[in-house]
Amino acid sequence: MSLNAEIRGQLFNYLLRHADDRLVLGHRLSEWCGHGPMLEEDLALANIALDLIGQASLFYKLAAETEANGRSEDDLAFLRDSAEFRNLQLVEQPNGDFAYTIARQFFFDVYDVLFLEQLSLSTEAEISAIGAKALKEAQYHLRHTQQWMLRLGDGTEESHRRLQDAVDDLWRFTQEMFVPDELDHTLTAEVIAPDLETLRSSWQESVEQTLREATLELPEDSQYMTSGSRGGYHTEHLGYLLAEMQVMQRTHPGAAW
Amino acid sequence: MESQPHIRDISGNTALDEAQRVKRFEERIQAGERIEPKDWMPDVYRRQLTRMISQHAHSEVVGMYPEGNWITRAPTLRRKLGLLAKVQDECGHGLYLYCAAETLGVDRSDLTDELLSGKAKYASIFNYPTLSWADIGVIGWLVDGAAIINQTPLAKCSYGPYARAMVHICKEESFHLKQGYEIVTKLAQGNSAQKEMVQESVNRWWWPVLMMFGPSDSDSSNSEDLMRWKVKLFSNDSLRQRFVNGSVAQAKAVKLTLPDPDLRFNEESGNWDYGTINWDEFWQVVKGHGPCNRERMRMSRKKHNDGRWVREAARAYSARHPEK
Ligand SMILES: [Fe+2]
Ligand SMILES: [Fe+2]
Repeated sequence: MSLNAEIRGQLFNYLLRHADDRLVLGHRLSEWCGHGPMLEEDLALANIALDLIGQASLFYKLAAETEANGRSEDDLAFLRDSAEFRNLQLVEQPNGDFAYTIARQFFFDVYDVLFLEQLSLSTEAEISAIGAKALKEAQYHLRHTQQWMLRLGDGTEESHRRLQDAVDDLWRFTQEMFVPDELDHTLTAEVIAPDLETLRSSWQESVEQTLREATLELPEDSQYMTSGSRGGYHTEHLGYLLAEMQVMQRTHPGAAW
Repeated sequence: MESQPHIRDISGNTALDEAQRVKRFEERIQAGERIEPKDWMPDVYRRQLTRMISQHAHSEVVGMYPEGNWITRAPTLRRKLGLLAKVQDECGHGLYLYCAAETLGVDRSDLTDELLSGKAKYASIFNYPTLSWADIGVIGWLVDGAAIINQTPLAKCSYGPYARAMVHICKEESFHLKQGYEIVTKLAQGNSAQKEMVQESVNRWWWPVLMMFGPSDSDSSNSEDLMRWKVKLFSNDSLRQRFVNGSVAQAKAVKLTLPDPDLRFNEESGNWDYGTINWDEFWQVVKGHGPCNRERMRMSRKKHNDGRWVREAARAYSARHPEK
């Protein structure tokens, strides 16, 4: 990459955000393995988790190369604390019931497809390559979660109630996905990163359509909406997730596995 | 119903029929033919295979718990991906085997009920806990390794769907073995804490793994029919011996000790003789009194109960939208 040092530093932070999203969400989904509502769904959720953690690895690897400071992708994943993680608060939310997991995944997947469509057009070849690969996977994930939104929303009274509760509860995490900060602006100007603002209306439209088809109500926007994820502000849940995920690396510093 | 000319004594005729059918059935097996779902087969054969295949399926599914226990704590991204993919494979094996069992005329949901009620058994090895990361390596190496030795011959068993499932499954099990042994090697070559961790794990797993091959031949009942019908192809002890012989060299290669002071090479037989297995422990675990039997059953029931409303929703939805 023939970028100046300042842009490289920004790019490193940018790649971390999107790696963290995928690692944390993949980790959450991997908690389902063996506990899903049916074996077919254990397979499907594990597949999505594998895709996301695989994408995280690619982003971390490129981040480590960009930083060029001797840190490996595992150092980035396992040796940073909660305040250094830059993932969206949405993806760190505990699994809850199956409806909660599906709603969380659906909100992310709709965003992710839109985001990756743009990222795959990045002028940075390595980034656009990851974007293109991840996009194919994200499209599959979205088809899967969309199906479940319909089945649960338009299934039984109980499933409808559970999914509506989940949608209402998670709504507060969805808007900050489209609020760019300075880092986004800089990289968007360099045509390296998507303009998040332009994704918002497509996301809204797509989500509204699925909710309608699933006979669910669109939550109101007036309540508390989260912000600050990209600056390292998180919910109480991330610390526990990291404590568990990082325990081996923290207990045995420098060991090879 | 088959048409039968000149029937005089219906019951006598049926008995004769049955004897002829068994004879024909056994001739086919001797000739190396595969029995397929629509073929005639003796009831005992059908029952035995249903029991074997469903037990095998239950084992794959319950086996997700001990290893799943470490997915969220795997030490690197690569190990996390590898372990998750492995546990996912085991889930796939379970599904594949339930389908094979269904070709014998049983229903997957009935088989699940039998597991959850405690009527059906699963491999007792999965009633032992995974206490360290090293257990993930050792399970891949020894437990999947033992499973391969048990199951590879079954790829040549007489029942087509089971034999084909075994070909497919053993390929993936070989990959699990490789991945497990690689983890073990890494630990055995690691720092002192890692070396200690992996040796401690081998010490815990070795004897329960030897029990995976089942009771000694002298205590194993009614396997004569099964051998003749090519449902069982080798005796428990011969498979166990094959496993011990292979493991000794593998342990030595990574400088690990197998916890058996009686282990020594027998020049005469060319085998590694091993010490006495604690069969009391084996039967205890089989009867439900192992370290984790209660946890595994509790988890299996929780999975089933927590998922009920989801399955109901999926059914309700597809009833209302048959086109989707
Ligand atoms: Fe398996
Ligand atoms: Fe396996």
